[in-house]
Amino acid sequence: MDLDAGIPSGSIEQKWDNHRFDMKLVNPANKRKFSVIIVGSGLAGASAASSMAELGYKVRCFCIQDSPRRAHSIAAQGGINAAKNYRNDGDSIYRLFYDTVKGGDYRSREANVYRLAQVSVNIIDQCVAQGVPFAREYGGMLDNRSFGGAQVSRTFYARGQTGQQLLLGAYSSLSRQIGLGNVEMSPRQEMLDLVVVDGKARGIITRNLVTGEIESHVADAVVLATGGYGNVFYLSTNAKGSNVTAIWRAYKRGAAMANPCFTQIHPTCIPVSGEHQSKLTLMSESLRNDGRIWVPKKAEDTRAPGQIPEDERDYYLERRYPSFGNLVPRDVASRASKAVCDEGRGVGPGKLGVYLDFADSIDRLGRDMIEQRYSNLFDMYERITDENPYERPMRIFPAVHYTMGGLWVDYNLMSSIKGLFVIGEANFSDHGANRLGASALMQGLADGYFVLPYTIGNYLANHEQDNLNTDHADVKQVEVEATDRVSRLFGVNGRRTVDSFHKELGKTMWDYCGMARNKEGLAHALEKIPEIREAFWKDVKITGASADLNQSLEKAGRVADFLEFGELMCRDALVREESCGGHFREEYQTDEGEALRNDDQFAHVAAWEYAGEEREPVRHEESLDFEHVHLTQRSYK
Amino acid sequence: MMHLTLHVWRQKNASDAGELVTYDAPDVSPDMSFLEMLDVVNESLIVKGEDPIAFDHDCREGICGSCGVIINGTAHGPRKATTACQLHMRSFKDGDAITIEPWRAHAFPVIKDLVVDRSALDRIIASGGYISAPTGTAPDANATPIPKTTADKVFDAAACIGCGACVAACPNGAAMLFTSAKVAHLNMLPQGSAERYPRVKSMVETMDAEGFGNCTNYTECEAACPKEISVDFIAFMNRDYIKATIRG
Repeated sequence: MDLDAGIPSGSIEQKWDNHRFDMKLVNPANKRKFSVIIVGSGLAGASAASSMAELGYKVRCFCIQDSPRRAHSIAAQGGINAAKNYRNDGDSIYRLFYDTVKGGDYRSREANVYRLAQVSVNIIDQCVAQGVPFAREYGGMLDNRSFGGAQVSRTFYARGQTGQQLLLGAYSSLSRQIGLGNVEMSPRQEMLDLVVVDGKARGIITRNLVTGEIESHVADAVVLATGGYGNVFYLSTNAKGSNVTAIWRAYKRGAAMANPCFTQIHPTCIPVSGEHQSKLTLMSESLRNDGRIWVPKKAEDTRAPGQIPEDERDYYLERRYPSFGNLVPRDVASRASKAVCDEGRGVGPGKLGVYLDFADSIDRLGRDMIEQRYSNLFDMYERITDENPYERPMRIFPAVHYTMGGLWVDYNLMSSIKGLFVIGEANFSDHGANRLGASALMQGLADGYFVLPYTIGNYLANHEQDNLNTDHADVKQVEVEATDRVSRLFGVNGRRTVDSFHKELGKTMWDYCGMARNKEGLAHALEKIPEIREAFWKDVKITGASADLNQSLEKAGRVADFLEFGELMCRDALVREESCGGHFREEYQTDEGEALRNDDQFAHVAAWEYAGEEREPVRHEESLDFEHVHLTQRSYK
Repeated sequence: MMHLTLHVWRQKNASDAGELVTYDAPDVSPDMSFLEMLDVVNESLIVKGEDPIAFDHDCREGICGSCGVIINGTAHGPRKATTACQLHMRSFKDGDAITIEPWRAHAFPVIKDLVVDRSALDRIIASGGYISAPTGTAPDANATPIPKTTADKVFDAAACIGCGACVAACPNGAAMLFTSAKVAHLNMLPQGSAERYPRVKSMVETMDAEGFGNCTNYTECEAACPKEISVDFIAFMNRDYIKATIRG
């Protein structure tokens, strides 16, 4: 497998400029002859679809929701980073680049990250021009806030709804192109498979979620912008519909899957309230600025928090990390809460929670100030838990939030299948083993607005057009396979619901491939997952019809793919015998319990190649060279 | 645990007449969200071999705008400023009977059960709900200062999640609140002023052509809106629309 990233020559500052000049252009008159399929309409997909259409390409965009405006990017709260240096506090493109590589625990490509930091400034300009209502100061200039992992204020935000406003901006651009007839938008359509003809991605097979019709679509290139796979854990902060199917199908057609074990756990989510729990809700980690995290000192303490005297409380983050205290990075905070809950000191139902206490801040700053800062979050918490956080400490617990792994892409964002491009969370490229806060929105829009429109042009300029249509034997073959799969799912006609299998898989993934992993546990999961998969294909029950809107069938197809994907994740976690970023292997930690990287053996991207149904996938390595960022051990003591 | 009786609208497809079907929900926890309650009912239906109740949902955090049903006659249910996914069963009491229906509006045909077709809202946006700023043409983000008061007001309008509750709550099935929120968001901004009048004209015309009703000041839309968007924006839109028609 060819894993040449194709990093351009020149100094890191010059690489992207040089590359843009070296790339071939498509004659404006010829652009409309090229068709591009874009799957997904989140920040990456919508921005790519509108930008490509503006350039003159023929674009078709697909999404599973009833409208492109509903993609899960919409739920991002915190903000978007950009190296504008509007605060005059010493920020620069180089500093954003450096922070991102370091925050990713040195498992990302320098050249890609540098480009991301470069275009970050254009993103803010673009969004403001579209009318995105970022927060402003009284003088009318844009406001910024600071965010975890950075010592400068470079985060732009729109109240607690930055993702919503950015997505609606991209959606408005996309809508304009739809109105002009330059983008054909197909909502309520799910990609079931990828069509590869003569080694090139040439189309997709979709299921119309309203009529159940299975259709083929061909184009000159295919772009996947289908988001992350956090729902492999069943419970995550992802939307219920978020799934791995598009990228997993592409993997099975020959695209390499990179670093699937790199998942991010967010420390401040609302704990599970019972068996009925369907998803988890995140609360901005800005809460840790004023809240103190604690659990009772002794295990199985069932007293109400107010009844536990000060000297019987363990403010464990302040104790273990005196200099950073409650503001340690996400992964460190998450593992520490798991540790205290493992000791039986967790609080709330199921004992899977820790207190986040605002009493001291309310005493110090007054309730008004706390209300000003966090009232929307406090309201949300109260709505969900029916507890008043002004009077009783919040209960929080970590939850799966983002996946850094994804399809392998080169510098042009092209996967190992020619003509298949992957953007946004669906690819693996920029965040290494850990993503910094406010960087997901930045990457989605960077890929869609400012990177892909150039690099795909270079591909198309070199692409020889033919008259491929949906009658081609290779297209028909994939369509038949996709149709068969739907029939097979229906044919099982067992006794258990799809959700029951999804929950079982999720629990296995969380227990053995979650916040902390070890060799034994991963080996166990690798035995257990095929068993669940086998049981699924023998005993799953789907009611209703396939030629109809059928939400059980939709879920079944996605869970079937999660049941395969989960195994690859565990395999990747097992082979990576080091701890880095979101991947914490218990065997590899410092005496103080911190993640211990092994740069000699693992400073590389692990890219997995599908080898066939009954065969083990093949692991390839793309080595990472660090010329600019100095590799150090993180310390937050 | 609470024991509830549900009367749920079941409709096979757009051409089916549809009817209310009664279901027993014996083990409802007050901590469940409304949609989790439906999940639990659906699990039991599937095990019995029946077709589960179809409903739209995705983020379950009250921001994507996918979910939305009429609960006991009220869009999104009894709790103010709350989407159905953020409504919790503690808002009900043991023994309650709950009637659950889809959005009912001429411009929102039912697809199945509680799922409706809201694509008319997308077409309103496509007819002018944007600022024509192609990628790459933007000046520096701070080139045009925008007073904080304006920015805050713009945000209030831009907070719309496009769920369609305003249309469902309106006796006329009007989409005035939805349309005006987008018109106001863009028309109040300096960036959006160049297209101000063509925008409002085109969006209002599309809204009418899609079969939405007109505004007769019931203000039910504002009461139902989970994001508390103000009907003041409707007045704003009407003013701009009149100016646009006078200008020709």
